[in-house]
Amino acid sequence: MRKQRDIRSYPGLRTLSLVFFAWLYLPIGVVIFYSFNSNRLVSVWEGFSTKWYVSALQNDALMSSVRVSLIVALFSMIFATTIALLAALVITRAPGLKMRRVSETVVNLPLLLPEIVLAVAVLILFSQVGLNSGMFRLVLAHVAFCTPFAFMPIRARLQGMSLDVEEAARDLYAPPLTVFRRVTLPMIMPGVFAGAMTAFVISMDDFITSNMLNSGGGTTLPIYIFSLIRQGTTPELNAISTLLILVSLILATIVLILNARAMRRDG
Amino acid sequence: MSKAFRFWGLFPAWALMVLTLIIPVFIVAAVSVSERGAYGGFDWGFDLTAYRQILFTLGWTDELEFDPKYLIIIGRTLAYATGVTLISLILSLPLAYWISLQSARMKLILVYLVTLPFWVSMIVRVYSWLIILGNDGLAERIYVFFGGADGQGFLFTWGAMLVGMVYSHIPLMILPVYAAVEKLDPALIEASHDLYGSRWTALRRVIIPLSAPGLIGGSILVFVPSLGAVLEPMLLGGGRQLMMGTLIQNQFGGSRDWPFGAAIAMVLLTIVVLVLIVNARRAARQMEASA
Repeated sequence: MRKQRDIRSYPGLRTLSLVFFAWLYLPIGVVIFYSFNSNRLVSVWEGFSTKWYVSALQNDALMSSVRVSLIVALFSMIFATTIALLAALVITRAPGLKMRRVSETVVNLPLLLPEIVLAVAVLILFSQVGLNSGMFRLVLAHVAFCTPFAFMPIRARLQGMSLDVEEAARDLYAPPLTVFRRVTLPMIMPGVFAGAMTAFVISMDDFITSNMLNSGGGTTLPIYIFSLIRQGTTPELNAISTLLILVSLILATIVLILNARAMRRDG
Repeated sequence: MSKAFRFWGLFPAWALMVLTLIIPVFIVAAVSVSERGAYGGFDWGFDLTAYRQILFTLGWTDELEFDPKYLIIIGRTLAYATGVTLISLILSLPLAYWISLQSARMKLILVYLVTLPFWVSMIVRVYSWLIILGNDGLAERIYVFFGGADGQGFLFTWGAMLVGMVYSHIPLMILPVYAAVEKLDPALIEASHDLYGSRWTALRRVIIPLSAPGLIGGSILVFVPSLGAVLEPMLLGGGRQLMMGTLIQNQFGGSRDWPFGAAIAMVLLTIVVLVLIVNARRAARQMEASA
C-alpha cells in the first residue's frame, strides 16, 4: 500500500534536506579522515597512521597556545557567568524595574555589533591605558563578548521555572540569601552550567579579537592554528583540528542537552 | 529583592559593557578624526584626513583625485554579505520547513544536528574548506570525475569565499526560520489546498508571509556578522580581494594607519546601526498593526 503523502510536504524536500546535512558534515568528516593519512601531502591518501597525533602532542608551541587558551577561557567563563547570573537575577526577579529593557540591551550589546569593530575598540582602549599584559587583556575583552552567551540560558531558566518554591521558602522566613542558595540556584543550575560552557567555548574559539590583541604571551590556540595554516596545510594541522573538533562536539552535546532541560518548565 | 541588590546585581554588567564596549566605541570615533602618528598609532587632534582618504587620493601636485578603490571594497563587502544572506535564506526555508514536518523526537535530533557544527571552532571550519577546495582537494576530484578539467582547485575565488561564509553563518539563519515555520498552523496550509491553491500558492501566500518575522530575523543575524568577516576573506579569498573586515584589520597590523582603520570601522558600525534601526522600526510598525 502506498503511503499517503503529507499535503504540507513538497516534492524533493527530503532529498534537498539530506544533501544539506551531507554538506554540513562533509568538511568535518574530511578533516577527521585526512588526519589519519600517513602521507605528508594532505590530500593524497597513502595509508592509515596516527603519527600526526603523536607529533601534535609533542609540539611545544601548540601546547603553550592550548595552555593560554584554556586559562583565558576559564577566567572568561567564571567572570562572564557570574556577571550574567547577577544581571539575570535582577532582570527577571525585580518587580517594576525601570532599567529592564535597557539593561537587557546593554548585556546583549556584543551580539549586535560586528566583532571586528569591538576588537579595534578594545585594542585602542588598551593601548591608551597602557595595558600590555597579554592574558589580562584577552580575559577582559573575552568576558565582554562571552557575557551575553552566558546570560541567555540563565535568563531562560529563571523565566521558565515556577516561582512557587521560592515563595514557599520565603513564607517559611528563609532569608533572601538562603532562598537563593537552597532553592533558586539548584533549580537554575542546568541553565548556569549551559551558560558557563557556552562562554567557555566562545572564548576558546575566538579569532578576531584575540588576533587583534595578539602580543607576547598571548597567543591562543586559534591564532596558532591560523599561523600554521598560513605556512600551508599539514597533516599535523588536521590532527590538531580533529582533537579540537572532538572537544567542541563533546561540550556542545552537554550544553545542548542542558539547554533542552533548562527550557522544560520545572524539569 | 532589596534596593541594594537591584543596583549591585546590575552594576557589574553595566560597568563591563560601558568600560569595554561603549566608551571604546567613542574612542574609535575620536581616533577616526585624529591625525596619523609619525611612527604608527595616532596623535589626538581634529583632522578629517581619514574620511577624505575613503573617497580621494592625493595626486602628483597634492590635488584631490576621486578614487573609488575603498568605495569598491565597501560595495563588495555589502554585495558579499547580501549574497551570503540570500543563499542562506533560500537554503534555510526548505530545510527548516522539512524539519518542522518531522515527529517531535526527530525535530529535536535534527535541530541538534544543525547546531552541532556551529560549535566547532571557526578557524577549523574555515580550514576544512581550505582542504576541500584546494588543489587536488575533494571538490576538484568531483569536478574532474564529472568531466571537468584538472586545474589548481577552487581556492581564492569568490565562490570559495561564498561557500565558506554561508557555511559559517547558516545556523544563525536556520534556527529563527525554524522557530517561525514550526509555529505555522497546518490548518492554514490545508485551507489553502481546500481552496484549490497549488503547493506553490501555499508557499507564496501562506508559508512565507506567516514566517516572515523569522526570515527577517535570521537575515539580520547572518548579514551583520558577514559584513565584518575576516577569516573567510583572508583564507578562502586569499586576501587578494579586500573586504571591510580585512581592510580594518590591515590598518592595525602591517600598514598601521590607525585613524584610517578607525574611520572604516565607523563606516561599518554606521551601516550595522542603520540596518538595526530600520529593522526595529519595521518591528514596531508590525506590532502596531497587529495590536
